[in-house]
Amino acid sequence: MNQWNNFSKGFFRENAVFVLLLGLCPTLAVTTSAINGLGMGLATTFVLVMSNMIVSLAKGSIPAKVRIPSFIVIIATFVTIVDLVMAAYVQDLHKQLGLFIPLIVVNCLVLGRAEAFASKNSFLSSLIDGLGMGLGFAMALTILGGVREILGSGKIFNISISYFPEGIDGMLVFVLPPGAFIALGFLIAILNRILKKTT
Amino acid sequence: MEYIIIIISAIFVNNIVLSQFLGICPFLGVSGKFSTAVGMSGAVIFVMTLATIVTWMIQQYILIPFEIEYMRTIFFILIIASLVQIVELVLKKVSPSLYQALGIFLPLITTNCAILGVAILVVQKDYDLLESIVFAISNAAGFSLALIIFSGLREHLDLVNVPKGMKGVPIALIVAGILSLAFMGFIGMV
Repeated sequence: MNQWNNFSKGFFRENAVFVLLLGLCPTLAVTTSAINGLGMGLATTFVLVMSNMIVSLAKGSIPAKVRIPSFIVIIATFVTIVDLVMAAYVQDLHKQLGLFIPLIVVNCLVLGRAEAFASKNSFLSSLIDGLGMGLGFAMALTILGGVREILGSGKIFNISISYFPEGIDGMLVFVLPPGAFIALGFLIAILNRILKKTT
Repeated sequence: MEYIIIIISAIFVNNIVLSQFLGICPFLGVSGKFSTAVGMSGAVIFVMTLATIVTWMIQQYILIPFEIEYMRTIFFILIIASLVQIVELVLKKVSPSLYQALGIFLPLITTNCAILGVAILVVQKDYDLLESIVFAISNAAGFSLALIIFSGLREHLDLVNVPKGMKGVPIALIVAGILSLAFMGFIGMV
């Protein structure tokens, strides 16, 4: 039960994007469509799970003073792996995400979990925590990408669901940068309302 | 002429925060007050220029000659992290007053993706050293411009009566969206 809590907290209660507001750069930049959001989310999940696992295994042997640089090297290693693997197998997605794949290394979510959770908890808890937080992050990115894609181009996962009147393709602004800020602002406001976090 | 195009495009047209989404964390994090926004801007201009010069040299004189370009992410992030530490130490010794002004912002900069982002963009765009320096300074200026405008707006937002659920971050994000919309008016200048 405890592990289930550990896993599920990343989806709503401590969702990285909607509640903790971590990792907003990739969130805003790559969510022009649901598929891009999902790809970025899964890439980050992989890095997060692997780095959490290694950090929790190595926590005894890393001196406290150099822990942050050590965590960064561990994270950067997995980011490089993801970068090379994506360049080899999913070239189109890799091109779309571009700069933001190497930038996973400075995603505060990954370093934050390494520092706040994995360096203090057991291997299994860290693995589950990484998986939960990562998939929660992927879910948030997919939702934001989906909303922007539906409003901006009348498609979802590239399948047309044209609900616009004839002659209108969509509200282009939601695919452009301003739409990212506005859509995320409204999504967080709605979630605040639902979770009754408002005071 | 080339340099003018780089400057205008980096500050206005492809503003690093409002259209490239780099450095969103400090953009939302330290924009609450005008004075902190100015301090952060100073620190970013300083570190971004320095970091771009150093990473450019690493790329040209180490990564390319030894054909280890795939190590770029690891190299760059370690160099930026240690550079920030060194800058902090040197400033503390050489100019205590400047350290007082920028000090608390320096550790935050390591995880500012704008620094690493610009370092990687310079490599991708294949700039020479002078172009890289101009590119870094103008991107940092673009970051400062967006941050300072936004902090001014947020100081006013505190006094405005907004719906409960919108308070704080959501309304700030929507305002940032409108600001970004305004900056889109610069498209076509270059």
